[in-house]
Amino acid sequence: MAASESMTRSAEGEAARSRAAEFLLRRHYFRWPEALPWLIAIACFFVFPDRMTFGSQLLIMIMFALSLDLILGYAGIVTLGHAAFFGLGAYTVALASMKLGWTEPISGVFFGGAVAGLVGIVVGWFILRYRGLTLLMLTIAFAAMLQEGGNIRSDFTGGYDGLPGLTFDPLLGRFQYDLYGHTNYWYTLAALAVVFFVVRRIVYSPFGQALTGIRENVRRMHAIGSPVHRRLVTVYAISATIAGMAGALFTQTNAYVTLTVFDFDASAKVMVMLILGGTGRLYGAFLGAAVYMIFEDKLSKMSPTFWQFGIGLMLVLAVMFANRGLLGLGDKIRARLARWRAP
Amino acid sequence: MSHAANIVISILFDGLAYAMFLFITSVGLSVTMGLMNFVNLAHGAFAMVGGYIVVSLTRSLGIDFVPALVISAVLVGIISIPFERFLYRRLYKATDLEQVLLTIGLAFMAIATFTYFYGPIPKSVPLPHWLEGDVNLGFRTFPSYRAFLIVVGAVLVTILWYAFERTNIGARIRAAVDNRRMAESVGINVDRLFTLTFAVGSGLAALGGGFAIQLFGLTPYFAVLYLVLFLIVVATGGLGSLKGTLLAALVIGIIDTGGKYMFPQAGNFFVYLVTVVVLLIKPAGFYGRE
Amino acid sequence: MTAALDVKGLNRSFGALHVTRDVGLSLEKGARHALIGPNGAGKTTLVNLITGVLKPSSGNVLLNGEDITGWSQAERARRGLARTFQINQLFRGLTVLENLCMTIGERDSNCNNMWRSAGAKRAVIDEALDHLERLRLVDDALKLVRELPYGRQRLVEIAMALAQKPRVLLLDEPAAGVPSSETHLILDVVAALDPDIAVLIIEHDMDVVFRFAREITVLVQGAVFTTGTPDEIQRNEKVREVYLGQEHHHG
Repeated sequence: MAASESMTRSAEGEAARSRAAEFLLRRHYFRWPEALPWLIAIACFFVFPDRMTFGSQLLIMIMFALSLDLILGYAGIVTLGHAAFFGLGAYTVALASMKLGWTEPISGVFFGGAVAGLVGIVVGWFILRYRGLTLLMLTIAFAAMLQEGGNIRSDFTGGYDGLPGLTFDPLLGRFQYDLYGHTNYWYTLAALAVVFFVVRRIVYSPFGQALTGIRENVRRMHAIGSPVHRRLVTVYAISATIAGMAGALFTQTNAYVTLTVFDFDASAKVMVMLILGGTGRLYGAFLGAAVYMIFEDKLSKMSPTFWQFGIGLMLVLAVMFANRGLLGLGDKIRARLARWRAP
Repeated sequence: MSHAANIVISILFDGLAYAMFLFITSVGLSVTMGLMNFVNLAHGAFAMVGGYIVVSLTRSLGIDFVPALVISAVLVGIISIPFERFLYRRLYKATDLEQVLLTIGLAFMAIATFTYFYGPIPKSVPLPHWLEGDVNLGFRTFPSYRAFLIVVGAVLVTILWYAFERTNIGARIRAAVDNRRMAESVGINVDRLFTLTFAVGSGLAALGGGFAIQLFGLTPYFAVLYLVLFLIVVATGGLGSLKGTLLAALVIGIIDTGGKYMFPQAGNFFVYLVTVVVLLIKPAGFYGRE
Repeated sequence: MTAALDVKGLNRSFGALHVTRDVGLSLEKGARHALIGPNGAGKTTLVNLITGVLKPSSGNVLLNGEDITGWSQAERARRGLARTFQINQLFRGLTVLENLCMTIGERDSNCNNMWRSAGAKRAVIDEALDHLERLRLVDDALKLVRELPYGRQRLVEIAMALAQKPRVLLLDEPAAGVPSSETHLILDVVAALDPDIAVLIIEHDMDVVFRFAREITVLVQGAVFTTGTPDEIQRNEKVREVYLGQEHHHG
């Protein structure tokens, strides 16, 4: 330390310090707009009571997209095989119900998540040494192998016809499933809330910060002593667990599962949803999944060809003009408005 | 000829034909990805478009199959140039993810467009009589169509090998794949090189698409169905390597054909297994760098 | 007394290219050692070998007497070996403060924590601000790194290395890319480094080298040409030929 440096701070220096510190200290506080998605979800129950089965599937997709945001948006891992973990969770619950008589739903979800998470640790440990095309192909191949493997043992898995007519106990022993899917809706909403709370804490923690560092500049992370591989495997396992839980909920709410849960299409779809909403924002998963599924529900029935063209066009335009998704666009618009209002 | 030997020969023959198809279609993707580090998932769409051009040329314009193949390849090669110039060029500096998304978006648009115009039902093409039926090689007969594909493939391999290894342009491409910055600093115009390889690669993809009609049936979904396979060939072969693409195509082609013969229920399982094994041992592929 | 950093017989080839030939180097605690040599001599390669980015074909690297030759980059960093890169390697999309907090967080294994918010550890933020203060960067604390002029980014690069509380610091051309009006900022920082840290600096500017270094190693074509005090090097005719002659054409 040079002798001429003095550590006495001026009033401005002190103020600058506290401002900087306050920003970081406050960052994880809940802000009121964060209540919006939940209020909307609750409101939908009363406004669209006959669309609750669709609602549950949407909430499950949001959970799946959230799991992808953790690895893609925060850690920067590009994967087109995340349906592998969704499928693992889905089949764990189905087979547990059929073969083991394990029909309690909540523990079933945890069981499905745990299986997916364990597989995630093993797979992640091997493949996360690689990046780019190599990693992408490994993720695709793994999901495909699960699907083909499941088909080889279709006696066990029901193949592409699937395992229909699965039964599950009433929720918490009291709430019976009903034809309108009302119980399912509250069930998935509660599950999503719990998962979201956990993911949000992770993202704002020092660990979450390290993930952002890995995404932004992995060379730097190595140089400052970060155990990069261990961090990546950890987040991959957490993400796999959540994807598995979403898959488990899928089986439970549909009482049915087929090998299509492992489709490459499914992995690509959830990525499109997340990109649409905006990666690395958590709420991008909510917005993207909602917009995608609502539009798909309306448009793809009218004309699947136009729907597909529209998705393609949307992707092209998103990359060219809005590569931070709808939330990113929202930011840009807000910034423009702010500049317009205060010239 | 013993039954087992017959099966082995059938597998090798069909596998070789499949490998030639994979090579022809994927070699362009491998070189362009190795050269420009650009992930082009619309490559399968070029193959699909090439196939449909052959369909239209033969059915609506009455052109023979083989000339139609050539015309289609040239047409698609030419059409690809504005794509590269005006769209792809902007994304060379973009992230992998952005390139993936943009090109997948283009592929979807292509699929939707061709579904609209041609419908989703698989199309076939009228073949000249010398391509139908079998050709007798003495010890046994082989389907003429696949034999033709193997011959065309072998010729293309030779031409491409010669162009790559013995011509000036080939040397420039190899240099640029190896170290682009250095190549640019010695005066190689990498941009123009890329346009050329992109056009040739897309033309070859179209040729592959044309051959695929009779092998697998042509639907618009061909663009993504076989895309994963092309990516597997490219990834396991090594980006930018002719040798690698050929080796990978042979390995994948023969193993997949053999697998499907012996365990039809396994589908593509063996292909994916090979992919995982190869990539875990050699992450850059057989002949990839670093 | 054990050297802070000891490099013995380091060799490295890329195919047929033998880029590092039998290099030996020693830094005692508090050293001020400069590494100079013509372009392509393999200086950055040597730093990469020492920090673990590259694995040597043969040779040893010892940190405070401990053989770290087989260790990963991260393990070496946690043992007190820090470096700056010739081209800034920062988290450009994050704020300056976050860049520093990340470094401190990883140093203290704070980043293993998944539950408490990153802001909750007041000590980390305070220490980050102390480092920024020392380099007069507090006003930039909340700015995104990519918004800063390159010279200030370079200061952040150095701040990050210092925040690792290193025992050995490798600076790869710290003033590279910095506009000449701002180089003094960098040089003042380098001059004011903690006397206990062993510092190896790669530099082209001979004024800086002679001002800063107490010992100089000259690297030519991957091998150590000679090592000595600034006086010895300046008087060495052969060094002039091989390097300082080129320097005058550099400008």
